Amino acid sequence: MSALAPIAPGLWTDEAEPRLIGGRRADGEIVFPVPDGDAAALVEPVALSRKGALWSWTTQGFEPKEPYSGPQPFQPFLLGYVELPGEVIVETRIVDATPDDLIIGMPMEFAVVPFDDTRSTYAFRPERQP
Amino acid sequence: MSDDVYIIGAGIHPFGRTDGRSGRDQGVFAVREALADAGIAWSDVEFAYGGSAAAGSADIMVNELGLTSVPFINVANGCATGGSALTAAQNAIAAGACDIALAVGFDKHPRGAFNAKPADYGLPDWYGETGMMLTTQFFALKIQRYMALHGISRRTLGLVAEKAFRNGTLCDHAWRRSPVDLDTILNAPMVNDPLTKYMFCSPAEGAVALVLASARKVRELGADAVRIASVAFRTRPEGSFEVFAPSISVGGGGKPTEIASKAAFEMAGIGPEDVSVAQLQDTESGAEIMHMAENGFCADGEQEHWLAEGWSEIGGRLPVNTDGGCLACGEPIGASGLRQVYENTVQLRGRGGERQVPNDPKVGYSHVYGAPGLSAVAILER
Repeated sequence: MSALAPIAPGLWTDEAEPRLIGGRRADGEIVFPVPDGDAAALVEPVALSRKGALWSWTTQGFEPKEPYSGPQPFQPFLLGYVELPGEVIVETRIVDATPDDLIIGMPMEFAVVPFDDTRSTYAFRPERQP
Repeated sequence: MSDDVYIIGAGIHPFGRTDGRSGRDQGVFAVREALADAGIAWSDVEFAYGGSAAAGSADIMVNELGLTSVPFINVANGCATGGSALTAAQNAIAAGACDIALAVGFDKHPRGAFNAKPADYGLPDWYGETGMMLTTQFFALKIQRYMALHGISRRTLGLVAEKAFRNGTLCDHAWRRSPVDLDTILNAPMVNDPLTKYMFCSPAEGAVALVLASARKVRELGADAVRIASVAFRTRPEGSFEVFAPSISVGGGGKPTEIASKAAFEMAGIGPEDVSVAQLQDTESGAEIMHMAENGFCADGEQEHWLAEGWSEIGGRLPVNTDGGCLACGEPIGASGLRQVYENTVQLRGRGGERQVPNDPKVGYSHVYGAPGLSAVAILER
C-alpha cells in the first residue's frame, strides 16, 4: 500500500499509525479538511483521533456522475460520518462492513485504504475486537 | 396594516417533462396564466423578479410578454430562486415602490441526479472524486440518523411517498399521475440506504408565476386575493448539518428551517396550530418527515403516529403536500418553491377540485429548503 499516492496532500499524517489532519479555528472549533486559500491562515493544523463513534451511514449503490473518478467497473461502497469525541464529525468512506453490521454509535477506527490502482484514500472501519 | 401584500394571480406550467418547450417558454406560459387569473395585462405589471437555476435569465421573457420597459430583476439563488423572487416582489410593494409586482420561477434540468462541481461550493476536488459529493447521500445520512434517534420506521418513509403519488393523481400540474403502492415503494432499488428510488424526487421542468398587489389595488380590481401574512428566508446558522459537508461540528447547531419557520410564525402572529394546509420540502420521503418537526408541526418521533393515522392526508388534521409535493411534481429548482405557494393559493381560494382540503382552509404554510443550507417559509391567509 505504500506505493499508493494519497488522493490529496495534507489529508492525513505520514506516520506508522496515520491520523486525519483537521484545522482548529481561533474559537476552538475544529474543521476537516484544513481549508484552502486565505482561510488556511485562520486555522492551526491538528492531528485528529484515530477512534470515534458512527454518527450516520448510507450506501452508494450506483455510480456517481463526474467528478467521481473511482475504479472501473464501479464497486458499490459505504460512507458515513464518524464522530471523533471532542473534536469534529468527519465524512468518510466505511470499509470492512456490510449495512447489517452498522449501528449508529458503534466504535470505529481510522484506516488508509486503496482508492484505485495508484491512489489511496482515508476510511473508517468498525473497531476490531481485541 | 396598510402595507399588506396580496397574491391576486397564480399561474403554473405543468411540471414534468415538456419536450420541445424551453424552460423560459414554460415561464412565459405561467406568467400569462397568472395575468389572466388576476384579470390584468402584462403592461399593468410595474416590477418583475424571476429566475431559474439551469434555464437561463428571466428578463429575456419580455421578448414574448411585451417590451413595456418594466424593471425586471434576474434572481439566481439556487434552490431559493423562487422564494427570493417572492420576497423581493413582496418587499417592493410593502415599501410602496409599486402596486403590482410579478414573481416568476422556471427550470428545465437534464435527467438524473444533479451533479455538482466541488469548486463551485468551495470544496476540494478529492471530495467529488471519491464519490462523497452527492445530494442524495446527504438526505440519506440525515434521515438514517434521525430514524435511529427518534424511532421512525422504513414503512413510514414509504407511507410518505405513497401519499405523495396518491395526491399527484388528483392534481393536474403534477408529473407523476399514477398511484404507487407501499410494497412497490419499499422494495424498489435502493438509491442511498434507507431511501429507495420511489422515495426521491427527480429533477424536472416547470414554471410558476404569481402576481402580487397592494391592498389598494386589490380593492380597485375587486380581486380574489390571498394575503401574504409573512415571508421569511434564512441561510444556515453555525453548526448546522447541511449538504456537501466534509465535517460537522460536534457541538451541534441550529437549522435554517427552524429559524425561518420561527421568524415567519412570529411575523404572522400565529402558531403551527393555526395552519390548515402545509407544503413542506420533500426532496425525499425523509425530508418531509423531518421538516414536519423542524417547522413546528409535531415533536421529533411523532411522525410515526401521524403517518400511521393519516393525519397528513388531504382529509387529515394537517394536510401536507396536497399536490403531491416534489415527489409527484419533480423538482425544477427555480420553480419548486413557488409551486408550493401556488398550491396554497389554490387551496385557500377553494379551487383545489378533487384535492381540495375540506372546511375552507384559512392559513396555508409553505417551506422550501435547499443547498447549501437555506430555507424560505411563506404563510398565506384568507
